[in-house]
Amino acid sequence: MTEDASPYNGLSLDCRGMKCPRPIIEVARHIREVQVGAVLQLLADDPAAGPDLAAWCRMRGQTLVASDPPRFLVRREL
Amino acid sequence: MLPDARQAWLDAQQAGWGDPARLHRPGRLAAQALDQAREVIAAAVGARSDEVVFTGSAAHANHAAVAGLALGRRRVGPRIVTTAIDHSSVLSAAAAAGSHAPVEVDHEGHVDLDRWAAAVRSTGTAAACIQVANHEVGTLQPYAEASQICQQAEVPLIVDATAALGRIEFGGISGWSVLTGWAGAFGGPASVGILVIKKGVRWRAPYPTDDYQGGRWPGMPDVPAIHAAAVALECWRQSGHSVGERQHDLIDRLRAGIAQRVPDVDVAGDPVRRVPHLLTFSVLYVDGETLTLELDKAGFAVASGSACSASSEHPSHVLAAMGALTHGNVRIGLTWSTTRAEIDRFITVLPPIVADIRATVGVS
Repeated sequence: MTEDASPYNGLSLDCRGMKCPRPIIEVARHIREVQVGAVLQLLADDPAAGPDLAAWCRMRGQTLVASDPPRFLVRREL
Repeated sequence: MLPDARQAWLDAQQAGWGDPARLHRPGRLAAQALDQAREVIAAAVGARSDEVVFTGSAAHANHAAVAGLALGRRRVGPRIVTTAIDHSSVLSAAAAAGSHAPVEVDHEGHVDLDRWAAAVRSTGTAAACIQVANHEVGTLQPYAEASQICQQAEVPLIVDATAALGRIEFGGISGWSVLTGWAGAFGGPASVGILVIKKGVRWRAPYPTDDYQGGRWPGMPDVPAIHAAAVALECWRQSGHSVGERQHDLIDRLRAGIAQRVPDVDVAGDPVRRVPHLLTFSVLYVDGETLTLELDKAGFAVASGSACSASSEHPSHVLAAMGALTHGNVRIGLTWSTTRAEIDRFITVLPPIVADIRATVGVS
């Protein structure tokens, strides 16, 4: 997946060293702190973070705009 | 293990069978039992009995299948084509062969046949491998179409029937070169792997061999265990059809019940075209280890493909390749005797367990 032009605007969660599902729980807790259309950055080095963040976005109607471990960008859609 | 298979194993141990390669009476009896077991397997997979080999496990059978075709076809090239969700023993053997081409699957686990065809037709392809059914999510692969593509490309095909053997009829598959299976998956001893190599296939033993089993797998076979494996497969042939139908309905009930009563659950695999007895689902925000232990306390022994609860720090490659959630994963395999009451009890105990774990981590 390649990074698109979505601006990464401010909120970043450093979940390096945490095991899944913890990084996904942190994203779920903080996604509403960015505005709809804005992007949240997650730093996570657990091997399950990539597939699980993609699955979380699918289940929750959000968009994974970049997946370049340990860095991930999620755009809030709703 | 199926009770009939366990009894057959004990009886065979009592009977004092000997080395099947020897001419004394205990040896001849063992050789006879081995021949009968080969006939049972051969009939189930559509092969000749002298094409059947017994190994020590499913992993051994898969390693031998892949490495043996890679060796026999080394002049053609080193590439082994598999799906992205084959068993880890197939994937590691393919990687060891030198060049591994894993073909993508869709969200339910079906292989992409266009990509499969392109990979199989690439020059340098020694062999391809496809599962009849996936061992984690139960999805049936389009194996007949995949086999036809291999035949047209003249690439030998390995059919991994581990999750399907005994459970469904798949005698219609033709054109395969090597087939693998495992007695532990159909209620026989875990120590019996099955490797069927069709006559005329360019397979070479990728390890030193001896006089046993036609030089295809070394060492004296464990005849009582093999006999028990054949008895287990016979149980499925004789009365497994109704068991399979019941299990298919029970899994339907489980799928619907879980999806309805647990919010944010990702139920994986093809809901219809699948083996009857398997179900995998993942629960958002829940860690697989806690969930597995809580279900164990409630009396349910389940497996998990989540990294924290499996024997690996990596999550299930099957779930990841399908785009399914990998944490909070539970894998259920129904036994011959699983009842509707047990399924209903599972559907009842799961929601409060999930709610409690989610409350602990502060999400809902």
